[in-house]
Amino acid sequence: MVDENQHEALDENVVFHVHGVTRIYQMGEVQVHALRGVDLDLYKGELTVLLGASGSGKSTLLNILGGLDTPTDGHVMYGRSDLTRASESELTDYRRHHVGFVFQFYNLIPSLTARENIAVVTEIADRPMQPEQALKLVGLEDRMDHFPAQLSGGEQQRVAIARAIAKQPDVLLCDEPTGALDSKTGIIVLEALQRVNRELGTTTAVITHNAGIAQMANRVIHLADGRIDDMYINETCLPASELSW
Amino acid sequence: MQAFAIAMVIVSGVSIFIMSLSTTDSLYETRENYYRNYNFADVFASLKRAPLSLVRQIEAIPGVDRVDARVVAYVTIDVEGYSDPASAHMLSLPYDSPGVLNQLYLRSGRLFGTGQDNEVIVSEEFARAHGFKEGDKVTAIINGRRKSLVIVGFALSPEYIYQIAPGALFPDYARYSVMWMARKPLASAYNMEGAFNDVSMTLTRRANAEDVIERLDMLLKPYGGGGAYARKDQLSNRFLSEELKQQRTIATIFPVIFFSVAAFLLNVVISRIISLEREQIGTLKAFGYSNLDVGIHYIKLVLMIVMLGIIGGTIAGIWMGQGMSNLYKEFYSLPFMNYILKPSVIISAALISMLVAVMGTLYAVRRAAIESPALAMQPEPPAVYRATIVERLGLQRWFSQPTRMILRHIERQPVKSMLTTLGLSMACGVMMIGGFQEGAIDHMVDVQYGLSQREDISVNFTEPTSNRALYSLVSLKGVSHAEGYRRVPAELRYGHRSYRTGVEGIEENASLTHLLDTNLDEIDLPPHGVVLTDYLAELLHIKVGEMLEIEVLEGNRVTLQVPVVATAKQYLGVNAYMTRTALNRLLREGDAISGAHLVVDGDLQRDVYAELKEMPRIAGVVEQRSAIKAFYETMDETILFFTFITTLLGGSIAFGVVYNSMRVALSERNRELASLRVIGFKRGEVAYILLGELALLTVIALPVGLLIGQGLCAYLAFQFDSDLYRIPLILDSSVYAFAALVVIASALISGMMIWRNLGHLDMVAVLKTRE
Repeated sequence: MVDENQHEALDENVVFHVHGVTRIYQMGEVQVHALRGVDLDLYKGELTVLLGASGSGKSTLLNILGGLDTPTDGHVMYGRSDLTRASESELTDYRRHHVGFVFQFYNLIPSLTARENIAVVTEIADRPMQPEQALKLVGLEDRMDHFPAQLSGGEQQRVAIARAIAKQPDVLLCDEPTGALDSKTGIIVLEALQRVNRELGTTTAVITHNAGIAQMANRVIHLADGRIDDMYINETCLPASELSW
Repeated sequence: MQAFAIAMVIVSGVSIFIMSLSTTDSLYETRENYYRNYNFADVFASLKRAPLSLVRQIEAIPGVDRVDARVVAYVTIDVEGYSDPASAHMLSLPYDSPGVLNQLYLRSGRLFGTGQDNEVIVSEEFARAHGFKEGDKVTAIINGRRKSLVIVGFALSPEYIYQIAPGALFPDYARYSVMWMARKPLASAYNMEGAFNDVSMTLTRRANAEDVIERLDMLLKPYGGGGAYARKDQLSNRFLSEELKQQRTIATIFPVIFFSVAAFLLNVVISRIISLEREQIGTLKAFGYSNLDVGIHYIKLVLMIVMLGIIGGTIAGIWMGQGMSNLYKEFYSLPFMNYILKPSVIISAALISMLVAVMGTLYAVRRAAIESPALAMQPEPPAVYRATIVERLGLQRWFSQPTRMILRHIERQPVKSMLTTLGLSMACGVMMIGGFQEGAIDHMVDVQYGLSQREDISVNFTEPTSNRALYSLVSLKGVSHAEGYRRVPAELRYGHRSYRTGVEGIEENASLTHLLDTNLDEIDLPPHGVVLTDYLAELLHIKVGEMLEIEVLEGNRVTLQVPVVATAKQYLGVNAYMTRTALNRLLREGDAISGAHLVVDGDLQRDVYAELKEMPRIAGVVEQRSAIKAFYETMDETILFFTFITTLLGGSIAFGVVYNSMRVALSERNRELASLRVIGFKRGEVAYILLGELALLTVIALPVGLLIGQGLCAYLAFQFDSDLYRIPLILDSSVYAFAALVVIASALISGMMIWRNLGHLDMVAVLKTRE
């Protein structure tokens, strides 16, 4: 999936190079244009917030970056690899070794404890951290042997973050990580995200429809109707603890 | 697909129910029709010789309706170009008449014309086995004289529906036949002019068969009467009744298994559907639908699946029932087979399956129906798990996370896991039944003809003969050893129980007849006392050391008290044994034998047989080896059919159970499996979690299933036990292996289908929605 001649002079700091990406879904007899030609670069160590209303295409973009979906047209380069040309098993490998996911509804394995939910990932990763260490990073070192059913929503989401970062991924993709939480809990979760980004230097993309979160980002990208209609750099990013919504 | 898999199980249950019951009904009705229309007698007796004038006195016994006095002889038959020994029961028939009682059913040809004394009517099966046409000839050795007979017709008789040679277990149509000759020539050959040696009678409606038999025995005693017996003890009728009993057992045991499996599957699937449709149910109820409406909705769904099963099962059941009835028609000597499918059978199959299915679903449906709408519209709370017992024992660190998921999922739903395992076990058990029958019969034959009866040829004399007759047998070229035996019919009594069979006197240190104990080791026959077949001892409730009363039903009919010294394992028939000298002594006779067992050089068997046929005092010759061969030919088709059916049924349960539980598990765990795929688990790694559970359950189910199978077989063997034969519980390792393999294969097929489903896991959709 490496095609070195296609994009010459790749910036060493560019993690994702998105070029002309279009995604069309066939929903029954209707064609839905989720993305209509998106161009975007994401840089190493950066925390990016993708803002947009529902239906703006932000989730589609995140899924394509995460190797869960492929574009109808255009290219997505991850480093020197073209994700749009990757096979199903190459995408699985990509997700397995390079990407960490955090979802709105946590998606923990109910039959495994917090620690085991992380171990499930570290067992298959190349250079994982200890599950205990990951849980410590999100401040849950004393809840390690609890099952998901015994944890609050915020705690579950922090376990999900710990699970996503435990493999020490190159990128961390978060889809509405605070969407199911109240603002107080949401902030605790975002603090955990920010800490990981800062301490591990993991490239992080957070998508949300909550504009309040944008203030913690290095860069904010605004999507509407399948296109990027605004993009700016936050000169002074706030710590998550100072956010409010 | 799931509905299909469940319907398949119902199809199996319904079809086997309909097959067994319709076959039973058909066989029963056919038999009754045949008996009624061809005047099958109610009481039978054979004797040495009595004048025809005695018939008047028999008719005078209160309760006796019509009487038929015949001449019956057991003769050796010589078929040109056929070198194996054949024998026949030759029955006398008046000119131009099919007889009074036990009338023959003339398939083709004609009855005997007056004065035509060299004619014979042979059984249809015998004719078919040898390809006879009308006008062909057979030679019968009648009372030592060869007589060439012209075949004028082919017939069947209600008296010989199960047409077996004396001492045989299965029909052998090429080597044994029932035949008819005109009375006059047959009687004159045996000095029976104006006399008879066999009598049968019908009874009036209110007659008591026991009373008639008692009076008849008294009347026939001076004429060498061997003891009268009722229709229920008539050999052919008894075999048929046993068969009907077996079919009824099958008609209960199999459907019970299938219907319980179907109930379980419906419960699993409907529970899942309901939890998926929880919110719709809440919404409907919020709109004002009643609990009843909601319940009825699901019951309807279940009934649709069941209806599918009933329709399919009825069609399959009719097909299988007809196939089975045709096999019966081949196996038994029946002139016709009315395939009868009573509407009540279909209706009860339908009602039972609907009832069972509804009961199986009711619990799940009830939960849906009574849930409050507000609760129902909320998402279900997350499943609660805990570490399993195995893990808490300290083995946890050996398990990977996916393995822990498997263990915890099994332990979280113990009842369901257990029932799934049980369902698989049942499938395994059901399949063992087919193989069991085959193996058991092999074993019976091995023991009977390999260990117990070791002779190549047996001969029986027309009447008790001096032991010196053995010399002339040994002098035949090819005969290397001969052992005489003495056999008398007798009534054995202990307390108020009695049983009529033979007492056989065998040589001390006999090398050809061995009595075996339960371990199949040889029993040394003590010089005094009697050894009983174990089943006979049980029938009489007599124990070793107790005194048995023996009334000899021959000659001067002495009654003796003899101690039981041992019991012997025997699968065919029931007998009493003592040493020949002891029996001779008790009978106050000299060195007499009734017949002899011979060891014959294999190459010369044909020649020996040919010579034996010519010897005047030999009434019959039985060759074991040909009997065994014929038996296997007869049984092959039946057993194959039965094995095919049990395999199909077992496979359908296994597949139904595995596929449904996996499909439901996939649906329930869609979300977590998709999450794992997102994290970067490969399809195989995700499949391990589902299929590993399946494999684990299958592994647990197999030994349980093999035990269940053993239990089922033991139950069947026990049910089929009778004094005619006992089926040993012998299960070859291949029986276990086959059952296990079919279950594994079914699991693999379901696993492959689940594997395909896993390829379609929609990661994006699953993660965007809340369960």
